[in-house]
Amino acid sequence: MNWGAILFLGLGVVFGIIGNLGVLILPDVYTRLQASSTASTTSVFSAIVAGMFVVGWDPMAGKIAVIALFFFLTSPISAHIIARYAWHREIIPWRRSYAERRSLREEDDD
Amino acid sequence: MEQILTYAIWFFVGSAAVSMVRVVIGPSSADRMTGLNMVSSQVLAVLVLVAVREGRSSYLDVALVYDIFGFIGILAMARYFGGSRT
Repeated sequence: MNWGAILFLGLGVVFGIIGNLGVLILPDVYTRLQASSTASTTSVFSAIVAGMFVVGWDPMAGKIAVIALFFFLTSPISAHIIARYAWHREIIPWRRSYAERRSLREEDDD
Repeated sequence: MEQILTYAIWFFVGSAAVSMVRVVIGPSSADRMTGLNMVSSQVLAVLVLVAVREGRSSYLDVALVYDIFGFIGILAMARYFGGSRT
């Protein structure tokens, strides 16, 4: 048994569950983007490192390292691009006071 | 070891399917792009794990090209929906 691979696969599964929960239940674009970016980076990176543990000292490990390097470069860049796109679309960041004010206004309307 | 890799592959496939919910119900287009980013990274993990399980290094080329095209797709979508500013 390859205990390093099992450890990193378990980490990837845990981070994947947390990231999916965050993307599903958080209230705003920016908070969802933060959950998606950090959790997908950590879980996919853990899975790739587990793959490197499985193949061992092999030429395949070099290819997996190239994929990991490229993913590690481009994932924050794409998260930044989505955040800048949302900011240019003038999507207002969520605050707790906004939600309370909106609920108060709805109560006044009632 | 192969059984554990199979379980991990099925977990990532199901996780990508759950991430598609945000793509379908997202209120704005930035939400859909967030979901697509997550789906593409999890499919990358699936491709790498399949290549490791089968022991074929040519599948890793597919994974690398998929990663590059996912990044370029996010770039193109942000540019197309955002006009010429971004």
